[in-house]
Amino acid sequence: MRSVTLPMDEATAKSLRAGEAVLLSGTVYTARDAAHKKMHECIRNGEPLPFEIRDASVYYVGPTPAKPGTAIGSAGPTTSSRMDAYTPELLDLGLRTMIGKGRRSEAVKEAIQRNHAVYFVCCGGAGALLSHAVQEREMLAWPELLSEAVTKLTVKDFPCFVGIDSLGNDIYEMEDEE
Amino acid sequence: MREVDVSRIKEAVKQACGEMAVYCSSDILEKLKERRDAETGRRSKIAMEMLVENAELAAGENIPICQDTGLVTVYVTLGQEVHLAGGSLKEAIQQGVREGYTENFLRASVVKDPLFDRSNTKDNTPAVIYTEIADGEEVKIELTAKGFGSENMSRIAMLKPAEGLDGVKKFVIDTIRLAGPNACPPMIVGVGIGGTFDYSAVLSKKALLRPMKEYNPDPQYKALEEELEREADQLKIGAMGLHGNTTVLKVSILSAPTHIAGLPCAVNICCHACRHREIVL
Ligand code: SF4
Repeated sequence: MRSVTLPMDEATAKSLRAGEAVLLSGTVYTARDAAHKKMHECIRNGEPLPFEIRDASVYYVGPTPAKPGTAIGSAGPTTSSRMDAYTPELLDLGLRTMIGKGRRSEAVKEAIQRNHAVYFVCCGGAGALLSHAVQEREMLAWPELLSEAVTKLTVKDFPCFVGIDSLGNDIYEMEDEE
Repeated sequence: MREVDVSRIKEAVKQACGEMAVYCSSDILEKLKERRDAETGRRSKIAMEMLVENAELAAGENIPICQDTGLVTVYVTLGQEVHLAGGSLKEAIQQGVREGYTENFLRASVVKDPLFDRSNTKDNTPAVIYTEIADGEEVKIELTAKGFGSENMSRIAMLKPAEGLDGVKKFVIDTIRLAGPNACPPMIVGVGIGGTFDYSAVLSKKALLRPMKEYNPDPQYKALEEELEREADQLKIGAMGLHGNTTVLKVSILSAPTHIAGLPCAVNICCHACRHREIVL
């Protein structure tokens, strides 16, 4: 399985192909429905985003609260399509990779190709297992959103498949060897 | 007349919330393992291996199997010979959910108003509560905590009686196909047929409470359940939606008498994290 580091540059993003199994290590920002809405408002009002968007990786997750002595609670992906409306503008600002589950809209696919980005999918319903790949979590913005707050994660060997690659190939449209 | 103190109900609800979030039911885990072994899709098999490992790790380390610990639905069946003492039944249930979620580090996933105030209530209340009066002196409480990745993929149709069996089959299979990867397949599918618009939906969710090894007691419905399971698997959605021969772990149907002009059909899609508990007091 191929290991890749985050944040990811354009050349690495271009080298990944849909269907490939990868292990992600590095920095990931958590953001889901409410945080995307707020980030959209930031952009519209000309305010800074909670993190440097260029080459960044966003994980669509709303974890359970961490128990004392742990970095994070259960932390699997949520359905990405709910973020589709907000995603193209983030990609156009430099967002490089996204992690979630499920299909994306045509507009998102086009923005992925236009910006040489990558969409990763990880295993929905495997939140306990995936939490083991999270080493640290730091609050960045909107703590009142609880699980939906924007936080910075340090992940190690986070298991994913390449869902949509920079050429627009889509894992959900591909046959699998049987 | 038997007296039951509502504080017992609160405690039972609290405990159930904590347990069902963490422990994948043994019948579901067994089925997952069986289907993992039979899976021939390469990526789907990897996903099934992860789901099994996830369930075992969650139980071992007391971590919720899924981060979406759901919106709680509670079905109370109250024997008419029971007198509830010590306070409000509804408040006892909400307090049980509140304590169950906050004390067990489960996710608060409920917003105050669907449209005008989507701020988090911070303790996963209110739960949806259904109450029913029955004969006898038992208090039965059934709970589910359903995630919305799969709930969002559920559908309802007011079919015409002329569409009949074929119409029902097509609607169920189409719903499973449309759910695809969003519902974290393999899915558990509840189908409610008959009743009214609203009652078919209630039945479709209640169908998810049925143990994996049980089928509808009516042989015609059992045959339909088995046929739908086979047809759904032929969609080849696979675990995680990555193509394979595992699409559903189970299809359960509940039916009810309906109007001469109607054939309501509701399909409640659930994932393998089909959390439910039954409490009898
Ligand atoms: S659909 Fe089920 S397994 Fe998937 S995220 Fe939602 S609750 Fe978890």
